[in-house]
Amino acid sequence: MKKRKFGLALSLVLAAGTILGACGNKEEEQGGGDGASKEEANIKVGLVTDTGGVDDKSFNQSAWEGLKKFGEEFGLTEGEGYRYLQSEKEADYIPNLGQFADGGFDVTFAAGFLLEDAVQTAAEQNTGTNFALIDSLLANADGETVWLDNVSNVTFDEHTGSFLVGVIAAKTTKTKKVGFVGGVDSPLIKKFENGFKAGVKSVDPTIEIVSQYAGDFNKPENGTSIASTMYTGGADIIYHAAGGTGNGVFTEAKNRKANGEEVWVIGVDRDQHEEGMPENVTLTSMVKRVDNAVYEISKMAKDGNFPGGKETVFGLKEEGVGIAPTTENVSQEALDLVEDYKQKILSGEIEVPKTDEEFEAFEASL
Amino acid sequence: MSFLDILSIIIPAALYTAAPLIFTALGAVFSEKSGVIGLGVEGLMVFGAFSGVLTTLLLEGNMGEITPWLAILIAAIASGIFSLIYGVAVISLRADQTVTGVAINMLAVGLTLFLIKKIFNKGQTDFVDFRIDKVDFPILSDIPVIGDIFFSGIPYTSYIAIAMAFVVWYIIYKTPFGLRLRSVGEHPAAADTMGINVNRTRYIAVILSGVFAGVGGAVYALSISGNFTGHTIAGQGFLAIAAMIFGKWHPVGAMAAALFFGFAQSLGITGAQIPFLQDIPSVFLIMAPYILTILALTGFVGRAEAPKASGVPYIKGTR
Repeated sequence: MKKRKFGLALSLVLAAGTILGACGNKEEEQGGGDGASKEEANIKVGLVTDTGGVDDKSFNQSAWEGLKKFGEEFGLTEGEGYRYLQSEKEADYIPNLGQFADGGFDVTFAAGFLLEDAVQTAAEQNTGTNFALIDSLLANADGETVWLDNVSNVTFDEHTGSFLVGVIAAKTTKTKKVGFVGGVDSPLIKKFENGFKAGVKSVDPTIEIVSQYAGDFNKPENGTSIASTMYTGGADIIYHAAGGTGNGVFTEAKNRKANGEEVWVIGVDRDQHEEGMPENVTLTSMVKRVDNAVYEISKMAKDGNFPGGKETVFGLKEEGVGIAPTTENVSQEALDLVEDYKQKILSGEIEVPKTDEEFEAFEASL
Repeated sequence: MSFLDILSIIIPAALYTAAPLIFTALGAVFSEKSGVIGLGVEGLMVFGAFSGVLTTLLLEGNMGEITPWLAILIAAIASGIFSLIYGVAVISLRADQTVTGVAINMLAVGLTLFLIKKIFNKGQTDFVDFRIDKVDFPILSDIPVIGDIFFSGIPYTSYIAIAMAFVVWYIIYKTPFGLRLRSVGEHPAAADTMGINVNRTRYIAVILSGVFAGVGGAVYALSISGNFTGHTIAGQGFLAIAAMIFGKWHPVGAMAAALFFGFAQSLGITGAQIPFLQDIPSVFLIMAPYILTILALTGFVGRAEAPKASGVPYIKGTR
């Protein structure tokens, strides 16, 4: 009997352990329930992360920084007026979105295209609440874009930002060969690839570009293998748009730099300078200012202009994309050239390609 | 790129990515040979990766380059202790081994994320400054051709992993302890009659599986991913179990299988940049390792037999 009781206790401990991971950020859970009694003027903004969490050094972190900035500026209390829920697994997306909707949150941000379907479901179930889906559009089963009045779709001109880092790569490469590593072959990641290639080719059409997709955003071992192949094949700069897989690209570059090779990585989404330390392999990064976007959308919602049912694009003009603030590894000449091209893109003189077809046309016109 | 150039990319990449699998598969071999299903190695790997990164982050400021090696040792000890939870549940309390193994895998992810959250106040750790780096093996890497293929750009952990496979083979097949281990896994009642303490032997095996899987996890985190998140170990433990089955529960076989997995994977990746293979659509190259594995498992290995008492708790006096 004693043994059995002990066994029961042990299995309870095991069961408790499985849900421990979710506890860390839910201390404020009770706070959201009484939203209905709050004043209408008090806006409440929530953020549901994808499985990366708010310090993924990328998308979720940037979104959370934007939300914090908004919250602090307008005197909201963390956990009450603005807060986030971390998704540990895909099955958490819909419950987390629903939790904000039930808690009376006015706008709930969903960080990343992984939450696309979840946002659609949650928005259809909670028509009284607004959602903002970052980096994606809703689509039905046939792949046609769907617009819901309570969903704002926030996208970025990744191709223009990628174009600018492509310019830097072209100015920096010594081997006249650069690489691109993508996560999953999709229209979104293609924008990075084609923008980058266009930037490189605009500066020097003779530079060779190799690109490869890892097929996964979370396989650092594939990232190291791809990077190893590219570096061995003569590329000295790799631009990655591959999330966690990109960590492997950094590992490989650091290994090589420690052995005396001169190789660089171009980071993505946010300033990845820190990821390149201590060997300092990050040349620059293409930053998506998710923080600016979250901040702007929150502000619009606060002023009663929530841009629901349409796509809001953050490009160069809105400071939605650009190169990273850390520029210590980039030559002044390259930076000046980036500025030139930026003006050309803003003035419409250069139309940056997004798809493979557009890139071919672009390359032919050079 | 010449054929030799291609080999000198694929082989080191295979050795590099196979090292964590080899360690973990060896851990699974220990546990299964004693009659305890090694399904929990995924969780033990997670715990090892967590302890390894945590130790490195805490000590690297003072200890410098030696830190990751020390961290692997500490990860081995920590995972060995962690595996006791599994041991107590399935050996002393005779819980269902499959269910408990799955529970351990979930517990490890939940617990480590929780601890990371408490210690660093974020959902994942920073990157470590000192890693297990890829190195050119002194002297041997200067041998023409072979040096480039087998001794350049590979971390020492890969060689250690291969050597350990032979050490484990010696322990299991050539020492009295190994004989007891195997007898307990095949026919615990007979072993008990001969005066072997079945439960104690199984405890030792489970702890050893924790030690090896912990090393596997730490090697993965410190040589490949560079930090620890909830996704750092996602499926590698199961791949190691597959390698163990593929290797017919034999340490050297498991090592060869892990190397094969690594080879298939790096071929799939590198293939996209090899002149002849790059015309194949990339989805096929991404699928290649899995298809090769299925083919190998069905066609070439023949029947693989698990230790007879695997998965059956031993109760004194039952037949």
